[in-house]
Amino acid sequence: MEHSGTDVGTGRPAPSFVTELDAVFGALADPIRRSILARLTEGEASVAELSAPFSVSQPAISRHLKVLERAGLILRSRRSTARLSHLRAEPLREATAWLAGYRDFWEESYERLDELLVALLEERTDRSQAGDPTGRSTS
Amino acid sequence: MTQMQVTAEPGVPQVITTRTFDAPRDLVFRAFTEPELLVQWLGPRKYTMTIERYDARDGGTWRYLHADDAGNAFGFHGVFHGDPSPEGFVQTFEFEGAPGNVSMDTLTLEEDGGTTTVRTNSVFQSVEARDAMVASGMEDGMSEGYDRLDELVAQLVATP
Repeated sequence: MEHSGTDVGTGRPAPSFVTELDAVFGALADPIRRSILARLTEGEASVAELSAPFSVSQPAISRHLKVLERAGLILRSRRSTARLSHLRAEPLREATAWLAGYRDFWEESYERLDELLVALLEERTDRSQAGDPTGRSTS
Repeated sequence: MTQMQVTAEPGVPQVITTRTFDAPRDLVFRAFTEPELLVQWLGPRKYTMTIERYDARDGGTWRYLHADDAGNAFGFHGVFHGDPSPEGFVQTFEFEGAPGNVSMDTLTLEEDGGTTTVRTNSVFQSVEARDAMVASGMEDGMSEGYDRLDELVAQLVATP
């Protein structure tokens, strides 16, 4: 049996992938960090620029940036004295691909169940019209 | 029919989903507990589902496989706890690719005017296990957290 990589069937991932996703989702769990990532989709930014929209200190923003960096969601570089943060999209794409897999699994399953239930209801109606008082399938 | 709703409360190792079906409860119950019906809907169409066993009674075990065209197969197994009834059932769920990571799933069926709402409550071994395995980013109905993720990713995908 093949278990490498993501189990696309249910979105339940192999263990090594779980660890990486854990870091990504841990990083995404905080609204300030999500706002920072959204800001970085517009381009690189310094700590001062990233702090501006929030009523939190620059050291607090720096701590958030460290979490994002550990999760692989940003890269950091220097422009003279300023440290610039850049978005790394790949872990996010992987995370959402996996999540989409889980959601799609159940949505598609339930759509198939809708179709099956229509068929079962029609079968019941037919049987009931044919005089079967239980309306139950005996198959 | 309603959209599937997914709720994952922060700090609690569980995920709740709800979905309403346009059919009476006894039919929905049969579709969940009779293997010859279950095999017709569980999982995306691109996978072939094989049910090895599905013994829907207290202490009964189940195991099924989802196989893709490339020959990859993913196995799942678990145990029923208590006799399933049209009001619902309880089972454990384990993906064989991550042995020992088990969730306990409680499924309840509520009928209202010929429609049936299926509610699933999956309890994981820790918040971390839940977040990593299932919950964290599913968009609709998340009570906290990842509502901006889709928007963010849409921006990322649009960015070359």
